[in-house]
Amino acid sequence: MIPILTRTLAKSSRANMVEWTDEERAAISDIFSKLDYDEVGQKCLSRCLIVYPWTQRYFGAFGNLYNAEAIMNNPLIAKHGTTVLRGLERALNNMDDIKNTYAELSVLHSEKLHVDPDNFKLLSDCLTIVIAAKMGTTFTPEYQASFQKFLSVVVSALGKQYH
Amino acid sequence: MLTKHEKELIAKIWDKMIPVASDIGAECLLRMMTTFPGTKTYFAHLDIRPGSPHLRSHGKKIVLAIAECSKDISSMMVTLAPLQTLHAYKLRIDPCNFKLLCHCILVTLAAHMGDEFDPVAHAAMDKYLSAFAAVLAEKYR
Repeated sequence: MIPILTRTLAKSSRANMVEWTDEERAAISDIFSKLDYDEVGQKCLSRCLIVYPWTQRYFGAFGNLYNAEAIMNNPLIAKHGTTVLRGLERALNNMDDIKNTYAELSVLHSEKLHVDPDNFKLLSDCLTIVIAAKMGTTFTPEYQASFQKFLSVVVSALGKQYH
Repeated sequence: MLTKHEKELIAKIWDKMIPVASDIGAECLLRMMTTFPGTKTYFAHLDIRPGSPHLRSHGKKIVLAIAECSKDISSMMVTLAPLQTLHAYKLRIDPCNFKLLCHCILVTLAAHMGDEFDPVAHAAMDKYLSAFAAVLAEKYR
């Protein structure tokens, strides 16, 4: 009985772990190594607010978001974009346990910021597109697949503490 | 809801894609099938390896349909009627996959256009492709 139970428990904790291939790890690291967090953060967040205007609901205290130009020139949005990228770097540095790395952030987004977790996917799609624009065709289909897998793990971890 | 300026922008972008429709179309499909492997199930009858003639010819069809429709977006329902029937009764692709392809089209456009694919172009294109996908799914039920 006990060996079966131990095997089942071990299997279920392995089942929760995300498995990364060497190629995926290399692709994701390579992408991050090419990013200027200030530049990409600002572009990604401002793009999200422009392409999906309803996301502006969370940024009432951020000043002028009246039109695309105002959003792209807004310094508070730029600063927050950098914060988001630094947060993603934490996931990069803890790829084997993103769920626990993000536990507090998830609680923050749920209980303090009250962000609908569907929005995380919108931001992650904008980030993918900003990176594609930056890297051009060196952002290959394989790179895209690896990076989107990374982002989907991040998005899932951020949504974990919502109850 | 697309403004006049957005419609012109969309038409202009797709016009540039027509001469490279096979390349762009193949890349969109390859990105989709690599990032979302479940979508490969619809292509079991084709050779979908990178560079394959099937991928290029199928990709070309898709790009040309999107480009053609962009020339007169207001007439989308009429222009897409035959494709609506095809997708609803013959292909029966689950419409959730349209979103996946649309996303990969945006990524492909960004990779080829760089900074020119700015947030305003992105927003316009996303709206157009979402509307296109919604119209395509209209006859499903």
